[in-house]
Amino acid sequence: MVEEAERPAEPPHDAGQAGPSGRKREREKGGPGGRAAKFRRGQAVATHAIPDKKLKAKMRYSERLASEAAHMAAKTDEWLLPSEPGALEVEGMERTWQIQQAALVREAEEGAGRKAFDLALPALGPYALDFTRNGRFLLLGGRRGHIALLDWQRAKLLCEVQVRETLRDVQFLHNDQFFAAAQKKYMYIYDKRGIEVHCLKEHIAARRLDFLPYHFLLTSIGEAGVLWYQDTSTGRIVAQHRTRLGACDVMRHNPWNAVQCLGHVNGTVTMWTPNITTPVVKLLCHKGPVRALAVDLSGRHLVTAGADGQVRVWDVRMYKPRHAYFSHAPVEALDISQRGLLALGHGHTVQVWQDALAEKQQSPYMRQTLASSGLRGLRFCPYEDVLGAGHAGGLSTLLVPGAGEPNYDSRVADPFQTAKARREQEVHALLDKLQPDMIVLDPDSIGQVRKEPAEARAAAAAEAQAANAARRAAAADKADAKKRMKGKNKPSRRAARKKANIIEETKGPMRARVARALPHLQIT
Amino acid sequence: MRVIAINRSEEKFARERRQDLQKVHKNLDPSLHPYEKAVEYTRALNAAKLDRVFAKPFVAAFTHDDGITCLARNLHHLNGLVSGCADGNIHLWDVPARRCLRKLVGHTGPVKGLAVTPDGDAVVSCSTDCSVRLFRLPFAPFAPGPVQDAAGAVLEFQGRHAFRGVDHHWTASKFATAGAQVDVWDHERSEPVSSFAWGADTVTAVRFNPADSELLASAASDRAVALYDLRNAAPVRKLVMQTRTNAIAWNPMEPMNLTLASEDCNLYTYDMRRLQSALCVHKDFTSAVMDVDYSPTGREFVAGSYDRSLRIFGHTGGRSREVYHTARMQRVFAARFSGDGAYVFSGSDDMNVRVWKAQASAQQGTLLPREKHKQAYQAALVERFRHLPEVRRIERHRHLPAALYKATKVRRAAVDADTRKLKRRKAHSAPGSVEIKPERQKRIVAELE
Repeated sequence: MVEEAERPAEPPHDAGQAGPSGRKREREKGGPGGRAAKFRRGQAVATHAIPDKKLKAKMRYSERLASEAAHMAAKTDEWLLPSEPGALEVEGMERTWQIQQAALVREAEEGAGRKAFDLALPALGPYALDFTRNGRFLLLGGRRGHIALLDWQRAKLLCEVQVRETLRDVQFLHNDQFFAAAQKKYMYIYDKRGIEVHCLKEHIAARRLDFLPYHFLLTSIGEAGVLWYQDTSTGRIVAQHRTRLGACDVMRHNPWNAVQCLGHVNGTVTMWTPNITTPVVKLLCHKGPVRALAVDLSGRHLVTAGADGQVRVWDVRMYKPRHAYFSHAPVEALDISQRGLLALGHGHTVQVWQDALAEKQQSPYMRQTLASSGLRGLRFCPYEDVLGAGHAGGLSTLLVPGAGEPNYDSRVADPFQTAKARREQEVHALLDKLQPDMIVLDPDSIGQVRKEPAEARAAAAAEAQAANAARRAAAADKADAKKRMKGKNKPSRRAARKKANIIEETKGPMRARVARALPHLQIT
Repeated sequence: MRVIAINRSEEKFARERRQDLQKVHKNLDPSLHPYEKAVEYTRALNAAKLDRVFAKPFVAAFTHDDGITCLARNLHHLNGLVSGCADGNIHLWDVPARRCLRKLVGHTGPVKGLAVTPDGDAVVSCSTDCSVRLFRLPFAPFAPGPVQDAAGAVLEFQGRHAFRGVDHHWTASKFATAGAQVDVWDHERSEPVSSFAWGADTVTAVRFNPADSELLASAASDRAVALYDLRNAAPVRKLVMQTRTNAIAWNPMEPMNLTLASEDCNLYTYDMRRLQSALCVHKDFTSAVMDVDYSPTGREFVAGSYDRSLRIFGHTGGRSREVYHTARMQRVFAARFSGDGAYVFSGSDDMNVRVWKAQASAQQGTLLPREKHKQAYQAALVERFRHLPEVRRIERHRHLPAALYKATKVRRAAVDADTRKLKRRKAHSAPGSVEIKPERQKRIVAELE
């Protein structure tokens, strides 16, 4: 389905590469070449250039702590993690993309093989789907009003609702206890028993839902092209942005910085934060409507699929295209797994590509034909080697070795979480809830002091000085223009005034003139 | 073909039996922990808020029959606190049990000074009734027991003038009193061993140096602080300031440094080897500072003031770290740190000795390791994000009573006006004719050898 397309004019920019000499030096220090590189936060501070001795010592100390922490983390990563990532190894002429799911399941371990199944629900599809953050629960939403909440690995149906109207999307909130459903007119929130808890009437005719778990923000976009942000912990509407780009059906957030990405019918992808009413980034991605998009976990790559048959990979930090793939039919659904596998599909076919983001690949990692056509949603299950595909005929899960992160962190997401741990985590998540105004393009900028550029500072100072000078000049003018009353009554002035009043000399001729002109007037 | 796919068993990853603890897994991969900085900032903000929420420093008040004039703590027993009253009585307190162990009677005038002997068995008191008395201090047992009745003095020393202050030698059985002059007494003699006078009619405070115990500092009503050496039997050095010094405290960890509580609302820390300039000027009070005492760590000190407040300063801090006040606390005449540095005591005119926590939001009692870890984490977070305006605002905020708040404002206005005036005088005078002295030398009048 997807083939290699010609490279874009822009050469791919690889930010991760360092010069050979730099790399060697770094490896000696356990730097980017070594394992500790993954755990390092930002650039090291050049302490030798600090003139202040106290500050220098302080910075050296904190740098040492940071480097020690990175080394310890690397050691933990190397020795203490219990599991290895999944893999699919083939021999000789065999290719991984030739292997069918049936063969995979036969070869895989008993427990892993059981995770690939087909759920035939032909009457109420096509199905949208969502996994919880720990990968344990699955939410299915059929177009014709069917909602099902499953503990999918244990094949346990937790609740099932028929809402009796069109259902466009479903979305878990921060855990499995609540989920949102975009229905014909309004958005509703249901609890885990399928009982309607809230009806959110502001979100009219929503088509896509998304949830930012660290900010507790539920977002929706729909017919009117209005992006709504609603805080699910307080219930407050945080922001409402009119995109002015028509109905929108494509929305995913960037998990690195929580910026919402929308795909529009004019081929642009816009990125939004709750704080700014205009898009913070606008990318023209396709020569036709954008059909699907996804951002990887590191927030480095954006993959967009358009109706023009292109699947493009973008560098989100540089806002530059990296490379593109061509598909015979427009891709309808996309997802990127925790370990960077790219799944895409349309109709009844699904492909998975490995290492396709950083570099351009020639052939897919896996491909599979689904039991039914009408692919609606693709989602990788977190912490599992499983890809869920919702389509017109129900749900299929595919085994994709190497997709999920094998080692989970119990404090972030625990697939075996007990009710008590879940409650505890909920409380901690609420305590650590991030405010909507902390959503920015670069999340590392929080807590930093932004130094104003010298030109800007100079310009501001000049402006202030000019304003001051103008004010002073105006005050001086005003003082000059003031009507002076002092000295009006001086004796000399008084005498001068009196002198000016004497009209004796002009009296006689004036009288004569008036008498001549007006003889009937008796002037005394 | 080989297929490896994630396949976890709940028994292995969570727990085998119901009785087992749930396993906690850790993965430090940064991509699994997004918004790290934002989360830390939020936690720092919450930590700063919680710190203020839990800032309840007041612990207890010990009631007396008259205003408190002086305090002393027992160097040998953490729980022992001795307070001197304006009615001439001395109370020995068992602080943790909040009970008075014994009342020491005998003085006919207000007790002006107290000093506990280095072995912790006796206390020396001086009074305006021209007598110095030495009382035995019973050991304050931690278990509740019978409280003993009032006891009289064991030794009595008569002087010819009223006494204003006393301090005991750190090792020998000697003590020094401040009165018309500085007298040094021996326990065995009824007359002073030696006397020092250097141009003052009244000496108000006297303190032995903790390291060189033959060295003595005194403050007198001629606005001077004098240093004496007992071995030379002569004064060493004298510093005259613009205002009088009410109390002196030596830093126990940097024994060359001493802090003076001055009448001009400030405290001054000096290096005794270099008296031309203060090491640090500690500002924040709005009225005369009456007493000062160092923490045993030497990192901070507590000072009480005539403006009815108690403040804790860092030893190099120009501004106070903490201010304590209550609606009923009157002029503070005495302030002391506890022996473990965890509490401060204040004695005020309203007949109460108050016990405060040195760290306002510290949790009392034994902390679990997890609690300790959490508190250390929160403190580190606040430290890290202290420079951000929101965190700084919350962290620095202290509520002040209206009177104190207004007095602070008035004082600041006056200081600003002085600075402005001086600046203008300098601008409109011949170059070099107006000299602006640095803040640390401004109040020094003379240094005499």
